[in-house]
Amino acid sequence: MTLDWNAFTPWPALAGGLLIGLAAAILVLFNGRIAGISGILGGLLRPVRGDIGWRIAFIAGLLGAPLAYRVFQALPSIQVDAGYGALVAAGLLVGVGTRYGSGCTSGHGVCGLSRLSPRSLVATITFMAAGFAVVFVLRHIFRC
Amino acid sequence: MIVLSALLAGLVFGLGLIVSGMAYPAKVLGFLDLAGPWDPSLAFVMAGAIAVGFFAFQLAGKRQHSLLGAEMRLPAASRTDRRLVAGSVLFGMGWGLAGFCPGPGLVALGMGEPKAVVFVLAMLAGMVIFELLEKRRP
Repeated sequence: MTLDWNAFTPWPALAGGLLIGLAAAILVLFNGRIAGISGILGGLLRPVRGDIGWRIAFIAGLLGAPLAYRVFQALPSIQVDAGYGALVAAGLLVGVGTRYGSGCTSGHGVCGLSRLSPRSLVATITFMAAGFAVVFVLRHIFRC
Repeated sequence: MIVLSALLAGLVFGLGLIVSGMAYPAKVLGFLDLAGPWDPSLAFVMAGAIAVGFFAFQLAGKRQHSLLGAEMRLPAASRTDRRLVAGSVLFGMGWGLAGFCPGPGLVALGMGEPKAVVFVLAMLAGMVIFELLEKRRP
């Protein structure tokens, strides 16, 4: 294994991680809810009266973050290498998978591990292993 | 107030994804590509987030109500079952395919990236399919 020292950004990664932890702290301490993005979004597809507003607000915050970032500095440009077919397949898999698995990188990976949940540890190891495997097959076997 | 704190949490979460680089699929795929030149940044993001989250959930676990008086809704499930593992496998495959998970997909949508629109619509479709399959369960 070789490290990509040019791409590795430990300090911004740590700083961004602290912000993500702070966001999870705000949501659990003020709202009493887990900052699991797939769960917050999925809950809107099964709407319960009185349990909708905060979900929409959280998602609006996520969508508005690039706008807020631009107030302070220029937003790094985004490049998505996946083609449209791959994006449709990826979206379907992420949508179905996170709902069956009761969480994603935020709900299991950040909040669940913070809570020392064994269930979330299993989920996190599983989705990371699947991610490693798919990237290995795509990049090193099919070379795309 | 509940809505305002949720908005703030979403905003801070999204800023964290941008600052850490995790809103950018190339950065995430650099972590998932163990056999290529490996970028361990994502592990540092997780470490930073859990360092704060650990203390927040310690505090939250002792409370009956949130600081705003809302009911504490922490997950009660403790069983590791087939649904959890199978769902996580599907999610991980989709994550590796494009480098997007739900949060970064939404933030990239907020950047106006057309490919993120496609990803998020497909993700919502996937969630709708889950709801339909759940309704058919006996």
